[in-house]
Amino acid sequence: MGYKIVKKAELIPGQTTMMVIEAPQVAKKAKPGNFVMLRVSETGERIPLTIADCDREAGTVTIVYLVVGKTTAEMNTLKEGGEFLDVCGPLGRPTHIEKSGTVVCVGGGTGIAAMHHIAKGHVEAGNRVIAIVGARSKNLLLFCSELSSFCPELRIATDDGSEGHKGFVTEVLQEILETEDEIAEVVAIGPVPMMEAVCRVTLPFKVKTTVSLNSIMVDGIGMCGACRCTVGGKTLFACVDGPEFDGHKVDFAELRTRLWQFREQEEESMEKFSQECQCHGR
Amino acid sequence: MADKKSKKVRGRTPMPHQEAAERAHNFGEVALGYSREQALIEAERCLQCKKPLCREGCPVNIDIKGFIGALVDDDLHGAYDIIRKTNSLPAVCGRVCPQENQCEGMCVLGKKHEPVAIGRLERYVADAFMAESACEEVTDLDTCALTRADRKVACIGSGPASLTVAGYLAGRGLKVDVYEALHEPGGVLIYGIPEFRLPKTVVAREIDGLKKLGVTFHTNWVGGRTITIQDLFEQGYDAVFVGVGAGLPRFLGVPGENLVGVFSANEYLTRVNLGRAYDFPNHDTPAYRGRHVVVLGAGNVAMDAARTALRMDAKSVTIVYRRTEEEMPARKEEITHAVEEGVRLSCLCGPVLFHGDNQGRLKAMTVQKMRLGEPDDSGRCAPVCIEGETEQLKCDMAIIAVGTRPNPILLEATPELELTRWGYIAADPETCETSIPNVFAGGDIVTGAATVISAMGAGRRAAAEIAKRLL
Ligand SMILES: Cc1cc2nc3c(=O)[nH]c(=O)nc-3n(C[C@H](O)[C@H](O)[C@H](O)COP(=O)(O)OP(=O)(O)OC[C@H]3O[C@@H](n4cnc5c(N)ncnc54)[C@H](O)[C@@H]3O)c2cc1C
Ligand SMILES: Cc1cc2nc3c(=O)[nH]c(=O)nc-3n(C[C@H](O)[C@H](O)[C@H](O)COP(=O)(O)OP(=O)(O)OC[C@H]3O[C@@H](n4cnc5c(N)ncnc54)[C@H](O)[C@@H]3O)c2cc1C
Ligand code: FES
Repeated sequence: MGYKIVKKAELIPGQTTMMVIEAPQVAKKAKPGNFVMLRVSETGERIPLTIADCDREAGTVTIVYLVVGKTTAEMNTLKEGGEFLDVCGPLGRPTHIEKSGTVVCVGGGTGIAAMHHIAKGHVEAGNRVIAIVGARSKNLLLFCSELSSFCPELRIATDDGSEGHKGFVTEVLQEILETEDEIAEVVAIGPVPMMEAVCRVTLPFKVKTTVSLNSIMVDGIGMCGACRCTVGGKTLFACVDGPEFDGHKVDFAELRTRLWQFREQEEESMEKFSQECQCHGR
Repeated sequence: MADKKSKKVRGRTPMPHQEAAERAHNFGEVALGYSREQALIEAERCLQCKKPLCREGCPVNIDIKGFIGALVDDDLHGAYDIIRKTNSLPAVCGRVCPQENQCEGMCVLGKKHEPVAIGRLERYVADAFMAESACEEVTDLDTCALTRADRKVACIGSGPASLTVAGYLAGRGLKVDVYEALHEPGGVLIYGIPEFRLPKTVVAREIDGLKKLGVTFHTNWVGGRTITIQDLFEQGYDAVFVGVGAGLPRFLGVPGENLVGVFSANEYLTRVNLGRAYDFPNHDTPAYRGRHVVVLGAGNVAMDAARTALRMDAKSVTIVYRRTEEEMPARKEEITHAVEEGVRLSCLCGPVLFHGDNQGRLKAMTVQKMRLGEPDDSGRCAPVCIEGETEQLKCDMAIIAVGTRPNPILLEATPELELTRWGYIAADPETCETSIPNVFAGGDIVTGAATVISAMGAGRRAAAEIAKRLL
């Protein structure tokens, strides 16, 4: 029994794709901040992806992924109506959401999709949400219309200034922190350098900052320790203790190094895939 | 049958093995199994005692005398039926049980001579039966029809404890659904114990047998996440068995432990076994390929990790252990096999520090020299540091195999489930019932990391109680 892809949209062609997958048992339980482990085929690797949205009635979950290697490239060859062999979840502790006042949600790159689900949760809980999204350029922005549909305060930053503030999300964040009175929490999801930069900005303001760690995972259910990271000097497992942690306590340098553990094999795998893929395609 | 009075007792029939030099480089099974002739010769060594002690040594109470007797009479089916009556996974147990501490440890012959090779015979019966008669035999039994389709039982986790519950109850006509978090059922038998000791096909065959008995396996279902115990009762299950194992790996708490190149044995073995990383890049899951590998710990898990590393082309593999070979918790046979294959044992050494290069990769480790002191609570001599005596070992990969803790996912989702002070599920030793009525638990999640057969024993006790209530 596979998990059907009911919708596929290449948000940024060749780079970022959204898929809506039929997995009623996961959709029924999914909360913002949860992720799934999925596997394309019998010979495939289990990879973690954040649940960017879910529809309980339709029994579907939405994922948005960046094509970075073999598995995500192979996923891009799957078509609407096609299937994943395995989808397991919802995993990880959901985002801690309670009525707390003003929450700033920062999203970068593919992380915007995951952030959008969390922002929605905060709005539903009655919080005022200021969303900041960032990308290199206007055409690489994601989920802006979805975000603005429930979040009136949407701020945009692009590296090249093609939309919104010219520069980084952190600069917009800095300004908000300086002008707004009470910020209860900042949530940041995106590339590791972005999350790290957000934490540097919020530290002097002593604002609680939550980040979502994308460490390498194998099982996603706490059985291997591949996802371990150092938080506040303690070793924790991102899949069962996280993936969200207090950003001011995370050892980002260690996370960065650990993300490259398998670089050689990842390259080998991708190489093999591109060769096979080309000969089939022609 | 051997005459009790005859003076000359034949020695145990040796197990044919793949040569050490050869097998250290492949994932093929190490112990090849008896031929029919070898099995008959060994079976004839059994004294057929009036009061067989071996059976008492067996956690699932196999009628050992009975099955060996049937074998001597060349009645393979009879032998298999006898084993299957109390053991739903004979091909697995024949391979991985520590028989030396159980049935064979009690064998009368073993007092003066070598005990009957009960485990090898069990394996022979299971393999030969499967090869000959396949699974239809099992399913044709009239007991397999769903006699009480209105009653159903859910198992969470699909290790040996749950498989036993499923086999026992399905065999008595109850509907059993197994919910497993991973994508493949079997528990440690699939993701932990390597192919060269327990081929995946053997486990798959046992699971197929259960499917034919009407058991349904739902993979990718995480108890406590995808489905809670309460959901199960709401869906009409009459009883729930929890057999989620004790999978969360312990680390050492030593500096440098998160360097690239340091892995838990669970991660390493899961990548290689469940992910088939030995066949990378044909399978996508990679495993780190260390050249000089150090393994910390000396249980079965450590031996499996060390022997796997050899097969993944390591140049050297060293087991670092705080005590001596005498105290190693692994089965003697596994230690012997590992050493034959070229694994080095570095005893009386404890890990102190992992050293990394400027890219955060492991390059060496420091170990502290130890000596044996007074016996501790476990009865084993406690290792004592020899002040100032340390040594550096060059290594680019370290595998930590120092035990596991209970996995928190299901336990956190079920706060009303009472735990022991070590964090395992508290269950009645006789019935396996937990603090929640009609919720049963057994295997490693109750006892802490133990053995396949003890998990199966708990499964049998739980299943018997469930059957009593539901049938
Ligand atoms: C909780 C969590 C949520 C995530 N959510 C998203 C998401 O919503 N969208 C998205 O695009 N990405 C997400 N990721 C990252 C995503 O899992 C990786 O990009 C993906 O595994 C890459 O696989 P690949 O085979 O295509 O690339 P590979 O060639 O295998 O690797 C490329 C990069 O991905 C990382 N990676 C490789 N394997 C894994 C693995 N098993 N687990 C984690 N990272 C790995 C490596 O560090 C490497 O830098 C998430 C990761 C985690 C832990
Ligand atoms: C490498 C290794 C070698 C070993 N060698 C031997 C040996 O030679 N002889 C021997 O007798 N014993 C051996 N053991 C020990 C033996 O395998 C275990 O004691 C036994 O498997 C325990 O069985 P179990 O049914 O309790 O759980 P497990 O076999 O641990 O299975 C538990 C299952 O539950 C699943 N699970 C976990 N959480 C959830 C959840 N929330 N929802 C759904 N599913 C979940 C897991 O994915 C797993 O599949 C070894 C163990 C290891 C790790
Ligand atoms: S991914 Fe294995 S423990 Fe987290």
